[in-house]
Amino acid sequence: MDLTLEVWRQAGESAEGRFETYDAPDVSEDMSFLEMLDLVNERLIAEEREPIAFDHDCREGICGSCGVMINGKAHGPQLGTATCQLHMRQFEDGDRIVVEPWRAKAFAIVRDLVVDRSPLDRIIEAGGYISAPTGAAPDANMIPVPKESADAAMDAAACIGCAACIAACPNSAGQLFTSAKLAHLDLLPQGQPERYKRVEAMVETMEEFFGSCTNHGECESACPKSISIDNIALMNRDYLIAKLKNRKLAGQH
Amino acid sequence: MTTTTLDSKVPSGPIEDRWDNHKFSINLVNPANKRKFTVIVVGTGLAGASAAASLAELGYRVRVFTFHDSARRAHSIAAQGGINASKNYPNDGDSAFRLFYDTVKGGDYRSRESNVYRLAQVSADIIDQCTAQGVPFARDYGGLLANRSFGGAQVSRTFYARGQTGQQLLLGAYQAMMRQVHLGNVELTTQTELVDVVVKDGVAVGIVTRNLLTGDTESHSAHAVVLATGGYGNAFYLSTNAMKSNVTAAWRAHKKGAFFANPCYTQIHPTCIPASDEFQSKLTLMSESLRNDGRIWVPDKVGDDRPAADIPETERDYYLERRYPAFGNLVPRDVASRAAKKEVDQMKGVGPLRNGVFLDFADPIDRLGEGEIRERYGNLFEMYERITGEDPYAQPMRIYPAVHYTMGGLWVDYNLMTNLPGLYCLGEANFSDHGANRLGASALMQGLADGYFVLPYTIGDYLSESLGNEPVPTDDQVFKDAETEASDHVNRLLSIGGTRSVDWFHRELGKIVWENCGMERNAEGLEKAISEIQALKTEFDTDLRVLGSADRLNQSLDKAGRVEDFFGLAELMCRDALHREESCGGHFRVEHQTEDGEALRDDENFSYVAAWDWNGGEKPTLHKEPLEFEYVKLAQRSYK
Ligand SMILES: Cc1cc2nc3c(=O)[nH]c(=O)nc-3n(C[C@H](O)[C@H](O)[C@H](O)COP(=O)(O)OP(=O)(O)OC[C@H]3O[C@@H](n4cnc5c(N)ncnc54)[C@H](O)[C@@H]3O)c2cc1C
Ligand code: FES
Repeated sequence: MDLTLEVWRQAGESAEGRFETYDAPDVSEDMSFLEMLDLVNERLIAEEREPIAFDHDCREGICGSCGVMINGKAHGPQLGTATCQLHMRQFEDGDRIVVEPWRAKAFAIVRDLVVDRSPLDRIIEAGGYISAPTGAAPDANMIPVPKESADAAMDAAACIGCAACIAACPNSAGQLFTSAKLAHLDLLPQGQPERYKRVEAMVETMEEFFGSCTNHGECESACPKSISIDNIALMNRDYLIAKLKNRKLAGQH
Repeated sequence: MTTTTLDSKVPSGPIEDRWDNHKFSINLVNPANKRKFTVIVVGTGLAGASAAASLAELGYRVRVFTFHDSARRAHSIAAQGGINASKNYPNDGDSAFRLFYDTVKGGDYRSRESNVYRLAQVSADIIDQCTAQGVPFARDYGGLLANRSFGGAQVSRTFYARGQTGQQLLLGAYQAMMRQVHLGNVELTTQTELVDVVVKDGVAVGIVTRNLLTGDTESHSAHAVVLATGGYGNAFYLSTNAMKSNVTAAWRAHKKGAFFANPCYTQIHPTCIPASDEFQSKLTLMSESLRNDGRIWVPDKVGDDRPAADIPETERDYYLERRYPAFGNLVPRDVASRAAKKEVDQMKGVGPLRNGVFLDFADPIDRLGEGEIRERYGNLFEMYERITGEDPYAQPMRIYPAVHYTMGGLWVDYNLMTNLPGLYCLGEANFSDHGANRLGASALMQGLADGYFVLPYTIGDYLSESLGNEPVPTDDQVFKDAETEASDHVNRLLSIGGTRSVDWFHRELGKIVWENCGMERNAEGLEKAISEIQALKTEFDTDLRVLGSADRLNQSLDKAGRVEDFFGLAELMCRDALHREESCGGHFRVEHQTEDGEALRDDENFSYVAAWDWNGGEKPTLHKEPLEFEYVKLAQRSYK
């Protein structure tokens, strides 16, 4: 198929950005979206023009490196699919495709389609873990975990940290990402001792970087792992408890 | 080719006591002194992140580097199937000894017994550790951990978290490390690539890095350097590895004197989605578990183009079931891969490019119902459909082998130290535990064993000797020279000004290596490959085109450095494969096979680790570490 691309090009954080138009003829429908960009890049290099910078690594939808706005949608048209897993058969011959980086105040543009997502690491650093130093662990079967809890924790833990939720949100809110990590840890018995300390630390760090959630729900449909916004409700409730409750008693909640 | 014998520092005594005795006899660093030592860890995959977290918890000052933008994106994140451990929860007769035995046998008797035993011993602790961190392993209805049998193992010892085990284990290790970042014990630097290991008077004293966003070249010194930089499967261009996985850290250490062991041992995974065209950028692994139910076949007739459903049973060849009645579709990876290649080479391949074989679920769907198959493999089927546009419930999947894992890597002793004092190597980047073939679900186990439970003990033994010594300052001439060399190198790549892109060279290199040093090797092909690699390298040096500059993100430039190192490695792989006049595990020399076409080892002459010395760029020198088997009985593998 023959396509036309409009791609955001920007040399660096403080440089001026603009759209550039590229013809992309002879694209196979079996290509992934990123392979299509590889092809465009090969042609640009042949013409001695600098290739488009974009982030990617696993190309299996798991590392969370990739992610661009495709015709205004984070990760493009296919639900539950990261950019690297999107294949060109989702498009039609003759399509015009607009490709942009994630747009959020907290994410500086590094170059072209690459943005700096390090604020997500700051949120994890603030408390997104269970403190279990190496060597001190009891036998893994000592604490049975109901299958339903383990499964629900896994649903939330499936987050790949791509930041599509933030890019899709009109407020650039970080709620889905943050609440997914909280739900992962808080649904497990191992996560209880630090539960309320964790929610406070992570939510307050999140607020340093990102906007507030006004329940648009765009995040859920942009998420390549279809993570549920129910996690946000759990986070909000826990945050309230953390703020109101006597910590010594919180464990009995 | 001169040879010397290497000392692996393996402790003596009964195998089950060796690790405990060793831990007792090596020197310790007292808790108050640990903070006087700085350790550099490069890489934040399972091996690097677990090591960094554990060392920091002990009190060492740890500096971590990764080229990824976040530590959580290391290639380990992509592992699907599971992690082995000899917990024996299912009560089916597993034990450390059995896991040890299976691993040595699976590796076709080319690994070091003491290391493998230790790995099997600490495997149980890994599961405890990860569970405590909140890794959501699959559970049974009673709330206890679930296990499955993986890759043809006769016991169920594989723990898993859906099809995302690597992701969950890595998040556990990453989070443990981020906790140490928060506490100020780990200083984490992302988007920064190691470009050199700095060696002074034969001892590793630090590294030189390049900031991928600014191009700045910087020196960092430490009391010890740990490389946990992953495998080199991308030397083949197409592989299941993440696109950025590369050999640069290990290769540059090799050029500074670290021995590279068994580079020719590479693992080809039998169940990947075949390439669809020449722009295919990587191959996607379909979990091995599919072989538990799926049946593999090709049409009997050469060039049979009918849709699978129109080919009657009598005109199908279920070649694995035919050739290996006992194991059938569950033969080990290397055997299944070679068998598929044989069929495709005979022009019996299926699909538009005739580059695959069928993996068919029609029978199990009949027998168990579509619902049950969906329950077992739903997410894999979905992934397959997303990539190929074909519905595997309605027509068989097409699969073909692809490069998956590299057993070779930097040579390390029992302490995981390379032959350069102060330089350690963990995870897939070292050569240690898998011999000539790795068993499924054992790489995750090894990476975490190295990082959580081995290095934190063994590094103290080395560090204790240098108590009171400051690291070599970064204004020392050795650092300055390495920095100059590093920036000259970048400038050279940028100034070639040729016509071909770095991807073009990578693809061409990959073709040579896959063709001649892939599933099957022979002397003639390997010799041809070596000269073709050299010729292509000459072209690379004169015709490479890297546009742009070094002082801001330049992905072609980053890649050019990595591809250049693949050239050196690819040649060494071929040399190693050429010298090893036997077949073992993932290394199949056509000249050395049994009458039935199976791998034929030569234990008399090749029961050793081949560790290559760079030798200043002259012909590499071979050093040998003899392998002794006191506990495992050497046998010819048979899956008939
Ligand atoms: C698709 C797939 C599925 C798999 N499934 C399984 C499975 O089910 N079970 C199993 O046991 N194994 C599996 N494996 C194998 C296993 O995932 C890997 O062997 C293992 O994760 C490697 O971990 P590592 O820590 O050694 O390296 P990696 O995870 O590759 O990490 C390497 C790290 O080093 C950094 N790095 C590398 N070079 C440099 C440099 N020059 N400068 C700075 N940083 C650098 C990278 O940024 C990264 O952080 C699978 C592999 C693949 C490809
Ligand atoms: S490249 Fe890893 S998720 Fe897309």
